[in-house]
Amino acid sequence: MHMADALISPLVGGAMWAAAACVTLYSTRKMQRSVDERRVPLMGVLGAFVFAAQMINFTIPGTGSSGHLGGGLLLTILLGPPAAFITIASILTVQALFFADGGLLALGCNIINMGLFPCFVVYPLLYRPLAGKKPTGGRRMLAAIVGAVVGLQLGALGVVTEAMMSGASDLPFSKFLMLMQPIHLAIGLVEGLVTASVVGFLARVRPEVLDQIPSAAEGRRGIQPVVVGMLVAAVVTAGLVSWFASTHPDGLEWAIARSTGHVSLPPPIDPVHNAAKHVQEKTAILPAYDLPMQERPTATELDDKSARNAWGIPSVGTSVAGLAGGAASLVLAMGVAWVFRPRRATDSASQ
Amino acid sequence: MANIHVKAAEIGWLERLASRDTPLGRVDPRVKLITTLAFIVTVLSYGKYQIAALLPLAVYPLVLMVMGDVPARFLIRKLLIASPFAIFVGLFNPLLDRQPVLTLGSYPIAGGWVSYAAILLRFVLTVSAALAMMAGTGIYNICRGMERLGVPSVFTVQVLLLYRYLFVLMDEGLRMVRARALRSAGNRGMGLRVYGAMLGSLLLRTLDRAQRVHVAMCCRGFDGHVRTIQSLRLRGGDVVFLVGWLGLFVMLRLVDVAGLLGALLTGAGR
Repeated sequence: MHMADALISPLVGGAMWAAAACVTLYSTRKMQRSVDERRVPLMGVLGAFVFAAQMINFTIPGTGSSGHLGGGLLLTILLGPPAAFITIASILTVQALFFADGGLLALGCNIINMGLFPCFVVYPLLYRPLAGKKPTGGRRMLAAIVGAVVGLQLGALGVVTEAMMSGASDLPFSKFLMLMQPIHLAIGLVEGLVTASVVGFLARVRPEVLDQIPSAAEGRRGIQPVVVGMLVAAVVTAGLVSWFASTHPDGLEWAIARSTGHVSLPPPIDPVHNAAKHVQEKTAILPAYDLPMQERPTATELDDKSARNAWGIPSVGTSVAGLAGGAASLVLAMGVAWVFRPRRATDSASQ
Repeated sequence: MANIHVKAAEIGWLERLASRDTPLGRVDPRVKLITTLAFIVTVLSYGKYQIAALLPLAVYPLVLMVMGDVPARFLIRKLLIASPFAIFVGLFNPLLDRQPVLTLGSYPIAGGWVSYAAILLRFVLTVSAALAMMAGTGIYNICRGMERLGVPSVFTVQVLLLYRYLFVLMDEGLRMVRARALRSAGNRGMGLRVYGAMLGSLLLRTLDRAQRVHVAMCCRGFDGHVRTIQSLRLRGGDVVFLVGWLGLFVMLRLVDVAGLLGALLTGAGR
């Protein structure tokens, strides 16, 4: 479920960063207004708890596989939406920094996919109404399973949408969805069961822990940050699209052209592609560099892909040159790095 | 279960690397954060079928590695065990996109393979840059840098506390896993019932610990902020680091160094 940097475009990554930043700011405001600063260490320790809990597995009967806790819904039940959102964001940050689980630019996507949905959508709109004021075991089980399943389905939908908008994968939208949603249905069922059993244990052993949760009032306004977050994402995306469209028409437009159906057929000459080509020709940086190429065909001869890819590899001669150049520049990069190396001889001598 | 030990050891190792005094460690964390993000954006801004043009950018993670004296073995191992999501999703490209976009000799290569290779290359570049930066900075400095860049202190304190208790709770979880494994012959105690109770009691201990921690912090005057004696100050070297790298990224994005070198080497440009 963790998005990697390699799968997103700067556009999508930036937009989701902005959205995640807005919701984080909203949550910190919310927390600072509530006086209960006892939750600061509680949040930190609970974040570490989720890490530790993810290391403990249990066997799923009949399948031979094992499952573990994801933790988003459980944290929301224990901490309330704003504090849980910040805790989840911090967990994802540590995962990105230390385990390369999800990239740095993709952090915004991950925080939205795994934090926003359980905290501000599922908990106030599904879990609380379903569990009720005085939840019994059965109701809690139902609420946790429904909540976890819906939360993970929304998260998976987010992953697919972001990957599609970035255009890195060739999978058509529907197939990608068919791949992701069923897997996350299973994961969601397990997550719901685990959440319900842990909360049930707490209710049996130390029910006062669950009564302290400061969320009845906060839950009601839960949908507001969702709207704000989505709005920011939309505005930033739109703004960036219009800005990038003139110089870099291969991100979003590309994905849109792609998902309209023609996967491997020679694409038809349509106004969009022509416009893109036109823009590319107009704005190609260093067009002069292309000129001396011997066998360079004219733009109309090129197939659509290489035409859009102005620095791509249009013919045999230049493709060899491209690869050789790539290898040579890699060697050069290593050489530069070697020059920068610390003088280890003196270091080790001094030790 | 083996990977629990590995994971716990890995974090400790990264932090040990970061605690040494290296040229990279002396660079201001804000500068490193901004440069690394700019690097990632630059890498991701390339087109879907561009491989050769990306390769010169490898200079950034490589220089970070040598400046931070990060062992290559460590980075490569981290890359291999890192999230396989990109590898998995990208795997569909060669199956779906079969239009040849490039020929090697007389052998045509489908667009899907080229774009898959580009995804893998971007994965390697972005992840190794982030890890190398981390190994040369450490969590405390990263958080200080983030705070100075405007991230709310509630969030950075949260990351620091999480990190502080990660090791404690991992050890506790590890002991519970071992105890359960010793008491459950075969698969008897490995099901959801025992698991729920186990997580529940780990949670209760965690809550008690949080309470003790909070009382102890209050006794020492904690008011929601972590104060440090050192203050961050940008020095000349930091500015050179920042401006130099940003300039290089822009330059590499505008000038196809790989293409120029290739033309020079093979004479295709003549």
